Amino acid sequence: MTKLAKLSLAAIVLIGLSATAGTLEDTKKQGFVKCGIDGALPGFSEILSGGKYVGIDVDGCRAVSAAVLGDASKVKFISLNAKERLAALQSGEIDLLVRNTTWTQSRDTTLGLNFAGVNYYDGQGFMVRKDLGVKSALELDGASVCLQTGTTTELNVADYFRAHNMKYKTVAYDTNDQVVASYENGRCDILTSDASQLYGLRTKLKDKANHIVLPEIISKEPLGPVVRQGDDAWFNIVKWSFNAMVAAEEAGITSKNVDEMKMSSNPTAKRILGTEGKMGANLGLSADFAYQIIKQVGNYGEVFERNIGVNTPLNIKRGINALWTKGGLQYSPPFR
Amino acid sequence: MMSALRNQKVRGILFQILTVIGLVAFLWYIGSNTMHNIEQRGIKTGFEFLDSTAGFGIDETPIAYTETDTHGRVFLVGLSNTLIIGFVGIIFSTILGLIIGVLRLSNNWLIRKMAATYIDIFRNIPILLQILFWYNVVLKSLPVPKKSLEFAGDIFLNNRGLYFPQPDLNSTTISILVSLGIAIISIIFLNRWANKKQENTGEDFPVFITGICMLIVFPILAYFIGGANFNFDIPALKGFNYRGGKSISPEFLALTFSLVIYTATFIAEAVRSGIEAVSKGQKEAAASIGLTQFQALKLVILPQAIRIAIPPTINQYLNLIKNSSLATAIGYPEIVTLFSGTSLNQVGQAIEIIAMTMLVYLTISLVVSALLNWFNHKMKIKER
Repeated sequence: MTKLAKLSLAAIVLIGLSATAGTLEDTKKQGFVKCGIDGALPGFSEILSGGKYVGIDVDGCRAVSAAVLGDASKVKFISLNAKERLAALQSGEIDLLVRNTTWTQSRDTTLGLNFAGVNYYDGQGFMVRKDLGVKSALELDGASVCLQTGTTTELNVADYFRAHNMKYKTVAYDTNDQVVASYENGRCDILTSDASQLYGLRTKLKDKANHIVLPEIISKEPLGPVVRQGDDAWFNIVKWSFNAMVAAEEAGITSKNVDEMKMSSNPTAKRILGTEGKMGANLGLSADFAYQIIKQVGNYGEVFERNIGVNTPLNIKRGINALWTKGGLQYSPPFR
Repeated sequence: MMSALRNQKVRGILFQILTVIGLVAFLWYIGSNTMHNIEQRGIKTGFEFLDSTAGFGIDETPIAYTETDTHGRVFLVGLSNTLIIGFVGIIFSTILGLIIGVLRLSNNWLIRKMAATYIDIFRNIPILLQILFWYNVVLKSLPVPKKSLEFAGDIFLNNRGLYFPQPDLNSTTISILVSLGIAIISIIFLNRWANKKQENTGEDFPVFITGICMLIVFPILAYFIGGANFNFDIPALKGFNYRGGKSISPEFLALTFSLVIYTATFIAEAVRSGIEAVSKGQKEAAASIGLTQFQALKLVILPQAIRIAIPPTINQYLNLIKNSSLATAIGYPEIVTLFSGTSLNQVGQAIEIIAMTMLVYLTISLVVSALLNWFNHKMKIKER
């Protein structure tokens, strides 16, 4: 039986049997946060040799763990493929999902899930071999497309080619690894995914330099953390753990100066870091929850630059993921 | 009261009733709890999703499909691909299994050992690994479209698949298909007639050779009767790949190949055990009345061996159909990949979709085993 079938069965049984207390109490009792990630996507969530997890999604998990348990390392990472991820969350297998999952209307409304923010504004793109001589996605009529099944990618490709009256063939695989392997073996002309992933997956190819990402971005893909619907306390915690990182960047708080900022006279920084106001108590957390996040994980900008920024192999500029004050879309409602 | 409890029969009935009540209560608890929790979490339920637009493309569609069709249509596409894999797989694994099974008992040492080695190797490697292995072998060993291997001018093989010309459906192709049907039906009747003739007169009639001749001559005649007009849709390299004609994908090739190779080993063992179970005396008796070795195999050994081999072979057919769901590893669009894969993720209603998929496999398996049980019953020695 496939892993998906097992998970779905588990979902059926667990949904049948579970009579849960709140996720917050459960998490505190078990002493760690169960966080669903991809696990094979450079920059977002990747397991390095030695079993160390790194990536912007991984840091999202760590932030929640730091906020709830005061220790960013108390996370149990669970690698999921695109098909398994939502069932795993619905069934309670994981407490939150930070796995480059696109926030869409139908996912938000029909699956019993809530999206708690956007940790990366993405869009879908195409990668092709240089020697095809293709300069634009509009020249791709008749091409074969490798992609990961169970994603919005599949729908966007269909829409794009239909809208431009072009023919295509899809070959859909379970895992990104198989997608890359097949693209590399020449099964397809195009590899399509969210643009950020394309840069990540390109670093896995043997002849990286011979592949280009085409300029067209064909969709909006706001990626973010997801929680189960119906547990609003937990929803708030995840939402504000992430907001804390963005707000910290805006207020100029970094993991290095966080201790000084705690003592500073800046009221915004003081509220964020819990020396003033009752932000932590409002969430049912300790007053210094955001301090722990910034201290142990970092602010949004630090997390971005460390995992996918211009000094990493992915070499992604902030672009629309810059703070709103710098012309981007990242914006935290005020800590007040 | 107590004396009634001491009665074994009463006690037996009581315990059975308690067990049933317990089971029903358990299922009811799970069911109602599930419904309650689903409602509470705001997850959609019901089968309305079958009427909603799927919106994604599928590469191999035996029945007509476009992106604007519904998830219900996706279900049917997946189902037909599953049935195709099952049908093709069963036919080829039976043929291969029969051959290997007989070779396994050959008098020739080398042939016997080769068959045994083949069985030992492929039976003992998990089928999923074999599928992945052959898929990667297929992809790695075949050239890109621009350097396709060419056969007979119009057949092309590359890492996108096998492309061959497809004749349009006109009077010629239809009459050839009809003639093939007539040939097969005639052979069945000819076989019956020949058997009867042999029982009555003892004379042998060369059914095999006559049958092959019919299979060749009938379509040739039909070709001329139907107007001798083939109109091929020939695949041609255009843009990224070949277009036109008919194509078979590498996923299909790899999946069928590995399923056949794997299942055939089990069928071969079933055939071997069937043949070995026929007592040696039968073979000697056949030889003593002057039957050739081939006649002895065809008339005496195989009819008895098949009876023994049928039940284990049924199991293998069922296994093959169920194993075809492993296609999801290499992206062949059968029902698990498509419906409980892509559709499930677009719709998110795991319970309904997984239940439907399980029902499909249950139905296919029950139908196949019912058919073969009927066949088994028919083939059984009629004891008087």
